[in-house]
Amino acid sequence: MAKELKLMKGNEAIAEAAIRSGCDGYFGYPITPQSEVMEHLMAEKPWEKTGMVVLQAESETASINMVYGGAGAGKKVMTSSSSPGVSLMQEGMTYLAGAELPCLLVNVVRGGPGLGTIQPSQADYFQTVKGGGHGDYRLFTLAPATVQEMYDFVFLGWEMAFKYRNPVMILSDGAIGQVMEKLYVTDYTPRWTNEEIAEKCPWSTYGKPSTRKHNIITSLELEAPKQEEHNHKLQAKYAKMEEDEVRYEMVNCEDAEYVFVAYGSSARIAEKAVQLGREKGIKVGLLRPITLFPFPKKIIAELSTKVKGLLAVEMSAGQMVEDVRLAAQFRCPIEHFGRFGGVIPTPHEVLEALEEKIIKA
Amino acid sequence: MFNPDIIKPENLVYKRTSVLTDNVMHYCPGCGHGTIHRLIAEVIEEMGIQEKAICVAPVGCSVLAYNYFDVDSQGAAHGRAPAIATAIQRLYPDNHTFTYQGDGDLAAIGTAETIHACNRGENIVMIFVNNGIYGMTGGQMAPTTLIGMKTATSPYGRDVALNGHPLKITELLADLPGTYYVTRQSVQNAASVRKAKKAIRQAFENQKAKKGTSFVEVVSNCNSGWKMTPVAANKWMEENMFPFYPLGDMKVDGQKVSK
Ligand SMILES: Cc1ncc(C[n+]2csc(CCOP(=O)(O)OP(=O)(O)O)c2C)c(N)n1
Ligand code: SF4
Ligand SMILES: [Mg+2]
Repeated sequence: MAKELKLMKGNEAIAEAAIRSGCDGYFGYPITPQSEVMEHLMAEKPWEKTGMVVLQAESETASINMVYGGAGAGKKVMTSSSSPGVSLMQEGMTYLAGAELPCLLVNVVRGGPGLGTIQPSQADYFQTVKGGGHGDYRLFTLAPATVQEMYDFVFLGWEMAFKYRNPVMILSDGAIGQVMEKLYVTDYTPRWTNEEIAEKCPWSTYGKPSTRKHNIITSLELEAPKQEEHNHKLQAKYAKMEEDEVRYEMVNCEDAEYVFVAYGSSARIAEKAVQLGREKGIKVGLLRPITLFPFPKKIIAELSTKVKGLLAVEMSAGQMVEDVRLAAQFRCPIEHFGRFGGVIPTPHEVLEALEEKIIKA
Repeated sequence: MFNPDIIKPENLVYKRTSVLTDNVMHYCPGCGHGTIHRLIAEVIEEMGIQEKAICVAPVGCSVLAYNYFDVDSQGAAHGRAPAIATAIQRLYPDNHTFTYQGDGDLAAIGTAETIHACNRGENIVMIFVNNGIYGMTGGQMAPTTLIGMKTATSPYGRDVALNGHPLKITELLADLPGTYYVTRQSVQNAASVRKAKKAIRQAFENQKAKKGTSFVEVVSNCNSGWKMTPVAANKWMEENMFPFYPLGDMKVDGQKVSK
């Protein structure tokens, strides 16, 4: 596939990827630090290029329900927002998960709680991977660390969403959303025709031909045993994701005595801290989870038997660290280092935290 | 039971529409929901648009509407049907997406979605069943509950000081530039059923011509919630609901109807 080099913000990369990946519809509501997603789409006028629908909704509640409608009708639809807006979308997300609708969601996380700050944060981890809405459900969650990954994960997101009939979340943050980097963009993938939709999504509500029964998209079940059965089906799907779809990256872990566990922006900072540590003679590496659900439990369990300590680095007061501890089963010291509320840690702070909390302790 | 000789094509005067499924409706006897379903289904059949019709069902007594309409359907979260229908219709502009909502769904929790879908002039048909009460949850006060009307959460009657005023959302929507057709109907007798069906047909015809939002309110009884017999409920509706919610067209061909 031909590739073209561009310079873009992470948010713009999401929008560009949407157009080029055959997305049928984007529905959103402005919020900093992700407004460039819709701004880029509106400027590009993809409805003239690919027929993609772009609509500024009256709220995030409306956007996520527009996503529900489009996804239920078999279209590739998406929305993006930042923390306060994503909180408003939680109702829609649990309905999407319950009705098993494939779609793409993007959260360019900012500092919370409440209206918080507009600076980068990773404090929406719990909300995303533990299910911010009600009921037992999971979002397939991808954590990009570069502008290139913002672009690439849109494609990967569609793949996972339709493979599992499940909402996919790209959990980014204000830093990756705003930073400008070079990236390679791919050729335009055509949108699915209505015939392709009927073939790929035979369950969807595109209009009932006389040859089949009517399709119904719903998350409602009146009988508890049937709802339990549906839950079992969902759980089996999530288990399959945990089995087959875990993605992570390791940097300098072969001989590492200590390992940082960090995703997204924090992983880039931690990677620099690895370099600083190595310069000082500390054998330190980095494990970067790329999928947050499914979480890379096995590799963390493995590392925990080999290393002298794990440090979870997050821009939160300590959320992912809980999953690191669960995976590592306390087989080695596991600590957390975070700055939060919109403050970004420096690589020096991260290395210092490793020395203070783990090496010296 | 039937004399087979009677079942001959030349004797056929009425047939249940094929756009309704065989499922037994769960509505209380005498409730308007069943009649309104039938009218919508008949219009879809008569217009030959079954393959293009997409129903967006609400949360309320008609939550299972998708079991009765033999068309592709989606069940919305409470109040969100207009947003869902917006996306479906924009993504399939030649389809016939319609919403079916109660007063709590459309005029309380979903007010924002209702107003903005109408104001954008989405090319959808919206059916609004106003029974002045939350039927499904056991008869609590709705945004459309009349002043003085007793419900489970206004046991001494709706009191403006305590509960505020009933909301005439349909009048409000008629004022929005995006609505093309706004009407208020009822289905308590044969004459009103015929009129309501004509209005529903008009709404779908407008949609076919891509005219924007067509909104049909149907004032209906909730005999269970009102704690009346079906006959008494219809009488009470005529005497109390209709004066406050007058029947008739409010906007036709994008023009307000002057009264
Ligand atoms: C978010 C949410 N809040 C509350 C409910 C409970 N609930 C279900 S139906 C309903 C009211 C429905 O009333 P209406 O829309 O008037 O429909 P009717 O049953 O009268 O036809 C309520 C409050 C819900 N399902 N979801
Ligand atoms: S409770 Fe009221 S609205 Fe619901 S089915 Fe019965 S009569 Fe109809
Ligand atoms: Mg009601």
